[in-house]
Amino acid sequence: MFIDVVVPRAALGLAIVGLAAAVVFTQAGQGLAGGQRVLQGQFEIAGSWAPLGTEDVQNDSVPVDYLGLAITDDARARALSYDESQKSMIERQCQGWGAAYAVLGPFGLRISTQSDAATNRLVSYTIDAWEDWNGLTIWMDGRPHPSEHALHTQAGFTTGRWEGGALAAHTTHMKAGFIRKTGVPLSDEATIDWRFFRHGDVLTVLMVARDPIYLVEPEVISKGFRLSQAPLDYRDPCVPSFEGPEPGDPVPHYAPGQNPFVNEFVELYHLPREAVLGYRETLYPEYRKKIKDTYVPPPPCTADCGVAGNFVRRRGP
Amino acid sequence: MIAALALVVAAGLKARPTVAASPGGQPQGSASPASARDSAPIDLTGYWVSYVTENWRYRMVTPAKGEYRRIPASPAALPIIAAWDPAADTRAGEQCKSYGAGAIMSVPGRLHITWQDANTLRIDIDAGKQTRLVRFTDRASSPDAPLTWQGESVGTWERVPAPDTGGSLSVVTSRMRAGYLRKNGVSYSERATVSEHFDVAPLPDGGQLLLVNTTVEDPVYLNGPYIVSPHFKKEADGSKWDPTPCSSTW
Repeated sequence: MFIDVVVPRAALGLAIVGLAAAVVFTQAGQGLAGGQRVLQGQFEIAGSWAPLGTEDVQNDSVPVDYLGLAITDDARARALSYDESQKSMIERQCQGWGAAYAVLGPFGLRISTQSDAATNRLVSYTIDAWEDWNGLTIWMDGRPHPSEHALHTQAGFTTGRWEGGALAAHTTHMKAGFIRKTGVPLSDEATIDWRFFRHGDVLTVLMVARDPIYLVEPEVISKGFRLSQAPLDYRDPCVPSFEGPEPGDPVPHYAPGQNPFVNEFVELYHLPREAVLGYRETLYPEYRKKIKDTYVPPPPCTADCGVAGNFVRRRGP
Repeated sequence: MIAALALVVAAGLKARPTVAASPGGQPQGSASPASARDSAPIDLTGYWVSYVTENWRYRMVTPAKGEYRRIPASPAALPIIAAWDPAADTRAGEQCKSYGAGAIMSVPGRLHITWQDANTLRIDIDAGKQTRLVRFTDRASSPDAPLTWQGESVGTWERVPAPDTGGSLSVVTSRMRAGYLRKNGVSYSERATVSEHFDVAPLPDGGQLLLVNTTVEDPVYLNGPYIVSPHFKKEADGSKWDPTPCSSTW
């Protein structure tokens, strides 16, 4: 008799728990009217995120490639004077790249969290450094940005908050640097707004960089990363070594109008010059219609045409 | 006793409140289901223009024949890529192959997003004069229905629980005609599926960005997922709306 009573009650209890769970699960987003799911207000961002590599956001395979940028005349002049041999100078080899390189560089992201030891509250997220990048700390504890006269660094100063299911962050106090490895400059007045979106195992980092000195319009880059089971670690130390330039040599550069690569990309892919040189109008659909009748496609690709090929096929010497 | 408990559980299931949200994100607490339009956690409606800061060389001009860099094309795709013939596509009336759902959001142009009805989001695209319909209700299609360039799209709102606001639109598209991921003939097959997330973000000047994370999977012509994230700027009105027909060459 005891068993006869207890077993049905236990079964009923399990059924109730199961049904209650079903109610909760349903309320959490399954089968709701209008097709809805409930997101977490925040998501786990810590971990290793490998780059997807299916979008061309680096644009650094030829010396003069400013495609997809809207830059000022001053920025264009400075970029055309830039010689990538500057990075062979011993004092510049480990200079590293600025905060924007988080999405412009070829690497993945290793993100960690730092908590207050006493309260266990989140203090910051850190995107670890690479050999040629100084990393990025996103302060989440509500601290204000420093005064406008405070020290500027390569990484700048970044605060973040969760908003609409994404991590939003804002970077100020960056040193003057570059928005492209091809020498397109970014001033120390530039700021960057970030959004980190996670959908499944894909993290998309949206970067909106603005610069009153060198950008006519914000530079917008969205780069995808996939959660990696294997930890990423790019932190090999940068060790300067002799690469040719001697101390006291002039800084490698091109005088105005003397950059020998200014037409390389134009000729290689039959690209319009104003697009290669980063003119604003080239970012909008109207421009596509404008060049429709003058554009001549390049000859068929014969080498390195596929996914594993070089991003750009350069002519031999 | 058992019957009474069962009734309580059943009543709990039947009378559960929905967690549908108003555009402001506040739970409505109504027992009647809200429509997709009424429960939208983000407002996607309006005019949006492509802002081509990525993949410029693959989007703004027709790439070289045979080039498929950054696309994980399968071995089965390579002969098709090599044989791309835009004139033949035009003769066959297939000039919209690069305007299908697998590629259309990367084609430079403008979007006009509206609600066709309470549970159908309509995306008109001026490039190629295409229209996508995102349905939020289960709607079984007939297996005999012809495939289309834009396929059949099912939408789901993913919203952040109150008191926070915001969210994302998830869209899954299938039943597409075979098309091109790029203008130069890099293909996807009829068996491809497209998964998208539509997110919005503010611009520093007060404007708004629309980010469309797009994943194309195809067991025939792709070795792995092809993922891109084209973005759009919001425009005040449709004064620059300029419908243009599909073109095989441009």
